[in-house]
Amino acid sequence: MAKESKKNKKTIHHTQIPKTPTGITGLDEITGGGLPAARPTLICGEAGCGKTLISLEFIVKGATEFNEPGVFMAFEEKAEELSMNVGSLGFNLEQMQKDKKLKIDYVHIDRSEIEETGEYDLDGLFIRLNHAIDSIGAKRVVLDTIENLFAGLTNQAILRAEIRRLFQWLKEKGVTAIVTGEKGEGASLTRQGLEEYVSDCVILLDHRVINQISTRRLRIVKYRGSMHGTNEYPFLIDEDGISVLPVTSLQLEKEVSSERVSTGIPALDKMLGGKGFFKGGSVLVSGTAGTGKTSIAACFANDICSKGKKCMYFAFEESPSQIVRNMRSINVDLKKHMENGLLQFQASRPTLHGLEQHLVAIHKVIKKFRPDAVVLDPITNLITVGSVSDVKSMLIRLIDFLQEEQITVLFTALSLNNIVNEQTDEGVSSLVDAWILVRDIEFNGERNRGMYIMKSRGMKHSNQVREFVITDKGIDLVDVYLGPDGVLTGSAREAQILQEQTGKVLRNNAMSMKDREILRKRKILEAKIASLQSEFESAEEELNKIYIEEELVKKVTDGNRDEMLKRRGGGEEVAGKNGKK
Amino acid sequence: MTEHPKVPAADNNFNSDDLYRLRLYVTGATPNSTRAISNLKEFCENFLPGRYELEIIDVYQQPLIAESEQLIALPMLVKLSPAPQRRLIGDMSDIDKVLRGLNLPAR
Repeated sequence: MAKESKKNKKTIHHTQIPKTPTGITGLDEITGGGLPAARPTLICGEAGCGKTLISLEFIVKGATEFNEPGVFMAFEEKAEELSMNVGSLGFNLEQMQKDKKLKIDYVHIDRSEIEETGEYDLDGLFIRLNHAIDSIGAKRVVLDTIENLFAGLTNQAILRAEIRRLFQWLKEKGVTAIVTGEKGEGASLTRQGLEEYVSDCVILLDHRVINQISTRRLRIVKYRGSMHGTNEYPFLIDEDGISVLPVTSLQLEKEVSSERVSTGIPALDKMLGGKGFFKGGSVLVSGTAGTGKTSIAACFANDICSKGKKCMYFAFEESPSQIVRNMRSINVDLKKHMENGLLQFQASRPTLHGLEQHLVAIHKVIKKFRPDAVVLDPITNLITVGSVSDVKSMLIRLIDFLQEEQITVLFTALSLNNIVNEQTDEGVSSLVDAWILVRDIEFNGERNRGMYIMKSRGMKHSNQVREFVITDKGIDLVDVYLGPDGVLTGSAREAQILQEQTGKVLRNNAMSMKDREILRKRKILEAKIASLQSEFESAEEELNKIYIEEELVKKVTDGNRDEMLKRRGGGEEVAGKNGKK
Repeated sequence: MTEHPKVPAADNNFNSDDLYRLRLYVTGATPNSTRAISNLKEFCENFLPGRYELEIIDVYQQPLIAESEQLIALPMLVKLSPAPQRRLIGDMSDIDKVLRGLNLPAR
């Protein structure tokens, strides 16, 4: 991102201002490369917000990683105290001082010892700083906290003029400087208005305690001549020093995969177009208590590991051994995956630390373990350590990070009410790619589980409510029964099925009776048809008989008349013969 | 400092016999420094005639001193003895303050 913006700027402007990388995780990303080189930067914040540590890490990282020695001018703590304080972070300041990579100069000033007798200047400070810089060839300087001068010296006019001169001098000297300042009252960033003198880059640190859990935040108030992230970024101080989390990348330009990952439940895969989730996608399984969310999550983890891929399981409610034991009862053996090193549990109480620390902890272990899938069970418990919006912003960043790493993530979330239209669970439902809802269906004196897919981006998915059965064989989905009284589950479904089977037998019986009746009717009718036909035949014969008789009578009469004529005369006989011929 | 053990530390009663050992840190020939030197010399001649030792150190020449002596504001005058040690900064133009700083009676 930073590189890109650099390129873009190059085409428009000539160059981006030169920057000095801090080496602090995340800070260089937010600042687009680091602090302005050869200019002073002001870091301000309340007491205990990490100003000294950030500036010290800047010096140490400069010396160790960028080969830029640094001078740390401490107005508050002695060199030994400083080394001791940061020893726990693995910074060996004494060794570095011996190697001439670092110089710590403790400036002590005590008003009670000093009488001001007229005009003076801070040349002593300049000389010390100059000597320190030159003796190790320092490129970085920290003044922590220069405001302490105001406690030791009273002439404000002189001090202000001298501080202005000091910053000018530091610029001329070409060192990148960090000046720290304690937060002032009201809107002012520092007690003595140091922000007036440092105009290039101002970073504000903040340490807020909300609900007894503290979160450190960092914001770049201004950064002249450079693009920078403007949000408040949480940061953490842990055994590796400071890490800032610029996880909300400004762009949504992630690579996506169309590869699919099985859910571990064949019937659920079928509901999701037959293949399961997208790799690198995020899945939310939400439901009321005891609906089997963890079982679904465990099935998923089990399936991932069975395929030889790595899965990381963050448990916020149960201990790993508890999950392993419980899942064994549904024929999911997680222990063997743990032994193979494919499954890793990270169990911690949400209240162990703030959300941001959780996020960083998650980041760290993920970066280390490099899993293919991650399960967070349940995210709802995080609400105990932050407000809904905090949890949401944390999850956004987590999802963002996981998508970038192409890690499939499955969240479980406990919803407290049974109403389906509950907008979101921690407001993440709009972020996730797939949302599976498991709910109780209470009916007829028993409680059953129903499951359906609220959404699943980019794939065909079933719109059906399925009954979700947990047996000692594992998880399975059955079609819920849509009876005349609505959706039936559990024993009501079984009863309805039985009832329907009885009905079928009865109906079959009735059907066969009707069939036989029809057969009989047909036979009767056929018999009737036959008798009518014979009746018709006999009538026809009758009619034919009359007709033949008439013919016969006519023939006979004709023959008789001829006989009679013959007998009456010869002439007539000839004529008759001729006539006949 | 141990020259006059009779004088208790932080005593406001000034003893006119005390020898004042003073050290002035300056930065080359800057206006403040030159003013401080001339002001201090005049002051000593007026208030501590014959019983002071003044050492002038140019910090530019010995920058290491700045760190070891915790020098910040300059010019600075250090009263090494009599005890207690005191530090005065500035060009020594405010004579009343110099008197107070050196534990001398006010005019």
